[in-house]
Amino acid sequence: MTAAVASEKPEMPDSSGAPKKDGAAAAASLRSAARTYVERVRGGELGALPAVLGLIVLCAFFAALRPVFLSELNFANLLTQGAGSIAIAMGLVFVLLLGEIDLSAGYASGVCAAVLAILLTDNGWPWYGAAAAAILTGTVIGLVLGLLVAKVGIPSFVVTLAAFLGFQGIVLMLLKEGTNISIRDQTILAVANSNLSPALGWVLLAVSVAAYGAIQFRQDRNRRRRGLVTVPLSLLAVRVGGLAALGAVAVHLLNQERSRNIIVDSLKGVPIVVPVIAVLLVAGTFLLQRTSFGLHIYAVGGNAEAARRAGINVAAIRVSAFVICSSLAAVGGIIAASRGNSVDPNTGGSNVLLLAVGAAVIGGTSLFGGRGRIVDAVLGGMVVAVIQNGMGLMGYSSGVKYAVTGSVLLVAAGVDALSRRRAVQR
Amino acid sequence: MTATPILQLRGIDKSFGPVQVLHDVAFDVHPGEVTALVGDNGAGKSTLVKCIGGIHPIDGGTYRFEGEQVQVHSPRDAAAMGVEIVYQDLALCDNLDIVQNMFLGREKRRGLVLDDATMEEMAAKTLEGLSVRTVKSIRQQVSSLSGGQRQTVAIAKAVLWNSKVVILDEPTAALGVAQTAQVLELVRRLADNGLAVVLISHNMNDVFAVSDRIAALYLGRMAAQVRTSDVTHSQVVELITSGRSGDLGLAHTNGATA
Ligand SMILES: Nc1ncnc2c1ncn2[C@@H]1O[C@H](COP(=O)(O)OP(=O)(O)OP(=O)(O)O)[C@@H](O)[C@H]1O
Ligand SMILES: [Mg+2]
Repeated sequence: MTAAVASEKPEMPDSSGAPKKDGAAAAASLRSAARTYVERVRGGELGALPAVLGLIVLCAFFAALRPVFLSELNFANLLTQGAGSIAIAMGLVFVLLLGEIDLSAGYASGVCAAVLAILLTDNGWPWYGAAAAAILTGTVIGLVLGLLVAKVGIPSFVVTLAAFLGFQGIVLMLLKEGTNISIRDQTILAVANSNLSPALGWVLLAVSVAAYGAIQFRQDRNRRRRGLVTVPLSLLAVRVGGLAALGAVAVHLLNQERSRNIIVDSLKGVPIVVPVIAVLLVAGTFLLQRTSFGLHIYAVGGNAEAARRAGINVAAIRVSAFVICSSLAAVGGIIAASRGNSVDPNTGGSNVLLLAVGAAVIGGTSLFGGRGRIVDAVLGGMVVAVIQNGMGLMGYSSGVKYAVTGSVLLVAAGVDALSRRRAVQR
Repeated sequence: MTATPILQLRGIDKSFGPVQVLHDVAFDVHPGEVTALVGDNGAGKSTLVKCIGGIHPIDGGTYRFEGEQVQVHSPRDAAAMGVEIVYQDLALCDNLDIVQNMFLGREKRRGLVLDDATMEEMAAKTLEGLSVRTVKSIRQQVSSLSGGQRQTVAIAKAVLWNSKVVILDEPTAALGVAQTAQVLELVRRLADNGLAVVLISHNMNDVFAVSDRIAALYLGRMAAQVRTSDVTHSQVVELITSGRSGDLGLAHTNGATA
């Protein structure tokens, strides 16, 4: 899971010229790391590659046809548009890793958003109480779904299909047959509608890059000291530098004034949903990659019988994956409520689930279980958001947008199935 | 029987629904020895091993470990006593790497965080101790390994834990000549190091090459448990195919074990 690379001798015979030796060795070790990566891709471990390539191609395509696509305003819009389904997709990754599916995640987010709106607006709860209650609702939903799947043994497809219908009904009942509850709490509204101050954006970026670098280098030093295989230092530097560069470009763009009318209102800074998603990304990645629990999720998804024989409580792992999924769906619901300034029976409905599943799968999470990462949800979510946004700018109807997004999901699932076949054949 | 057995089963019964697979089975395993468990396809060898490993609960009978009667309800219970099993179907997770598979369910941690460095060191040392040099990187995914390499990983997983009893269910069935020899050598070495080893095999040459004792199952009953030096190939084959050989084996009435 950690990107450990097979050790290959860093020194190449052609590293001539003493003064340039360090540089040459670094370049050689980078080259060998790149070769290992290419081998992995050839072997069917595509990882994030299709999503990243897709993102670049799509952005270039829309930018060429609609220059406004590249405007700072649109960039910020893109991030806030994608955030809700990214949060739901992150939860889905846990369930997909087990080889299960949660078709009810969209409406679960709707139910949680309705709970939030009712408590905030009708009952006057403070934002933190209402948000906690909404997330707790998600947790309980996940617990029920998980128990039905893991303990009763109903296939997750059926359980969550039933829940899909059921939750749709519950949202209608909670909202009294379709009334719309507006959100007036400033904190909740800020989540998807306000921005960090430009300075705070830079500070957060600096802190994140420094923390990432420190963790990477400390880990590397520890492994080096113990004589274990390490990733070349130059590759670490590229990774940390890449994060810093990408982050700096993004923060810089988002810190530009993007208000159409400066006198009325200034609009600049990193949208608050960005650090919210970043925190979920870091926490989810930590959980999946660095803890026993995460490893057991992969193990159950890879070979449940082997996991059971290794003494892992398979049922408990299954239940907790559904709990995490529905809880993150609740977070997605809160973001959606904030972005829409209100909750109505459509919150979490229509294409929300499809987009979230699409995000996870397009990002590289396998529908067959055992393969995927949290960052897939973010990358895939951005692809989906770019398609929605770009096609909107080009004036296509939502009908066309749905059809195209559906096709992209199908393509991603096809790539998943083919790369799996390739991995199995070896 | 000279030394006291480390593992002693008596009167083990096991049914799957209406089908009784094990009948009143007695089985002893001694430290420092290789006990070969033989029997035809479907005789119940794997089932017996899964009962020992806590995969299947036993319906009746006693399970003694180091002289104490124990209850083994889960793979964890068996592992805690020091009983490790390499299953016939290996039970590895293809999507995890070698180290992750070896430590699955018993990961080394520092607080909450997996201690990858320590696990890697221990795994490398164990593989080295087994003179395994064929794997390129211990961070390789198991899906990329050959059958023999997977077998080695499964065995390494079993010996990693300073276990007292190691049970191997047909470890050489899928292997080539050279790799079979390696695994058998390994089996012998484990026993010489004082472990109790159980080897399930259909290959009589292998059985006679490494085992100290032979236990023959016939249709879910223990036909006989004998010293390897006391029997011939053909006697063992007879025990396997008909449950008896001369005065060895089951009585005609399918009564008690020898
Ligand atoms: N989980 C199960 N449910 C029902 N029947 C089972 C189960 N496991 C094994 N059996 C039955 O128990 C009998 C013994 O099977 P077992 O796998 O123990 O045989 P074996 O001696 O290991 O054979 P082989 O040499 O082919 O591996 C077989 O008839 C098999 O069909
Ligand atoms: Mg068997």
